[in-house]
Amino acid sequence: MSLSPRLHQIAHHITPGASVLDVGCSDGLLLDYLRREKQVDGRGIELDAERVARAVARGLSVVQGNADHDLAAFPDASVDFAILSETLQAMQRPDEVLAHLLRIGRRAIVAFPNFGHWRVRANILFGGRMPVTKGLPQSWYETENIHLCTIDDFRALAASRGYRIIAQRHLWGANPQSAWPNLLADHALFVLSN
Amino acid sequence: MNARSSLHRSLRLPHDLPLESGAVLPRPMIGYETYGELAADGGNAILICHALTGDQYVASTHPLTGKPGWWTRMVGRGRPVDPARHFIICMNVIGGCMGSEGPASPHPDGDGCWGLRFPVITIADMVRAQAAALDALGIGRLLAVVGGSMGGMQALQWAAQYPDRVASVVAIATAARHSAQNIAFHEVGRQAIMADPEWQGGAYTAAGTNPARGLSVARMAAHITYLSEAGLTGKFGRNLQDRAEVGFGFDADFQVESYLRYQGMSFVDRFDANSYLYITRAMDYFDLATAHDGLLAPAFAATSARFCIVSFDSDWLYPTAESRRIVQALVAAGRHVSFVELSSPHGHDSFLLDAPTMNAVVDGFLRSGEGAAA
Repeated sequence: MSLSPRLHQIAHHITPGASVLDVGCSDGLLLDYLRREKQVDGRGIELDAERVARAVARGLSVVQGNADHDLAAFPDASVDFAILSETLQAMQRPDEVLAHLLRIGRRAIVAFPNFGHWRVRANILFGGRMPVTKGLPQSWYETENIHLCTIDDFRALAASRGYRIIAQRHLWGANPQSAWPNLLADHALFVLSN
Repeated sequence: MNARSSLHRSLRLPHDLPLESGAVLPRPMIGYETYGELAADGGNAILICHALTGDQYVASTHPLTGKPGWWTRMVGRGRPVDPARHFIICMNVIGGCMGSEGPASPHPDGDGCWGLRFPVITIADMVRAQAAALDALGIGRLLAVVGGSMGGMQALQWAAQYPDRVASVVAIATAARHSAQNIAFHEVGRQAIMADPEWQGGAYTAAGTNPARGLSVARMAAHITYLSEAGLTGKFGRNLQDRAEVGFGFDADFQVESYLRYQGMSFVDRFDANSYLYITRAMDYFDLATAHDGLLAPAFAATSARFCIVSFDSDWLYPTAESRRIVQALVAAGRHVSFVELSSPHGHDSFLLDAPTMNAVVDGFLRSGEGAAA
């Protein structure tokens, strides 16, 4: 089974044999890949019962839970990498979840859609409407994405909390986007440490 | 050592069994069944633990009732626990009445049966007896311990009590402690038994009586807790039993009454009233955190076992909140844990019924443990 370019980019930053907590792990596709290809000791947490059931049926250690409430039980510095993929913007308190990631993991890997992308800006600027794009396909009233941010917003949050940015990768579709990422990249990945 | 005492296959432990109360059970009998073949390296043994009124006939016809095993959806050919690849052991708990030492067993003095002279036992005592019986059968480390309800309590207790002897734990529709509500319902059942004049202070065998009415009422009350309001409504509603209108009397006018009466009456044919008192007491005393100043996580600190916890959304006897509490403790203890709350309208009994997702979850969990062991 092949990974999407986004998940592949996350996997790229995981060192073989590492321990991993994937927060919002869906049906465990990434954890399954990391277990097979990188001999990772993986755990996951996922809100949706059916996805959890599919992940556990794959033999993964995944618990049904809510990242906003259930990360507190995880011990300090208990994994090498805490991953938050496509989930940050759906959190009640993204800042607190981020703090938990960096408490539980020695490093945090956070991937999210960039709300500063020009298509999003154009939607609001010219259309006067909340954007509906390929990366953000739902209307404002039904989306789970309640805390969308731009790449610059995220950098500012990391700076204000004193987190170190170890690496950052920006994508436009499946391709790297290094110039003017806050405008031209529709997706971002950050590797953070305390 | 092995014997088929009357109906049940059983063994007598080669030594006395010390109990949590301080009492000692002299060389108790253990009734058990096995399915499949033990691998040459002994690495494929799975212990199934039964619930309050269950027994060792998990996947084979019951010798008393003639009914199929109580968990054939989970245990059997092509099922998650499969005799084609596992050696499956299921034992009657001590205090029970299906071949294991219990209040209805003969007293060692030869003076009738134990009755209320039988010592009060705990979940930890049941597990200690199982471990001793496995010793006697030449089985060391278990690939898995699997149980639902009280069986799940035993599975959790196994990891706490014998941390190095179990690789995987599956605990379904269960809790790490009995709540006030759990204890309250059990007390209703016990009082119903003891209020039956035929109970005779527990000495009904000697008196030649049978507290069937009391035990039947206990079963009826308990049975309600195994179902859900929606399940009862869906199955019976306010439907009348074999009549067009209410009878203005106290016959079983409603189908639900008739159903409960049947459940109560059929239960007394296969279960001993004193066993019901002892086993419900053991469950009431259960709280894995007691030994750790009220903290649950330390109970799982010593084991390296992986855990699979499953709850059902309509189970109000052992609700999901209790499973979450177990999961949080396991997470805090750094254990590998899988947990899912499944949707079912059938209440606590969901774990015994057709639940394809539960089977997929348990199957995947067990197989990945076997992969790691290989």
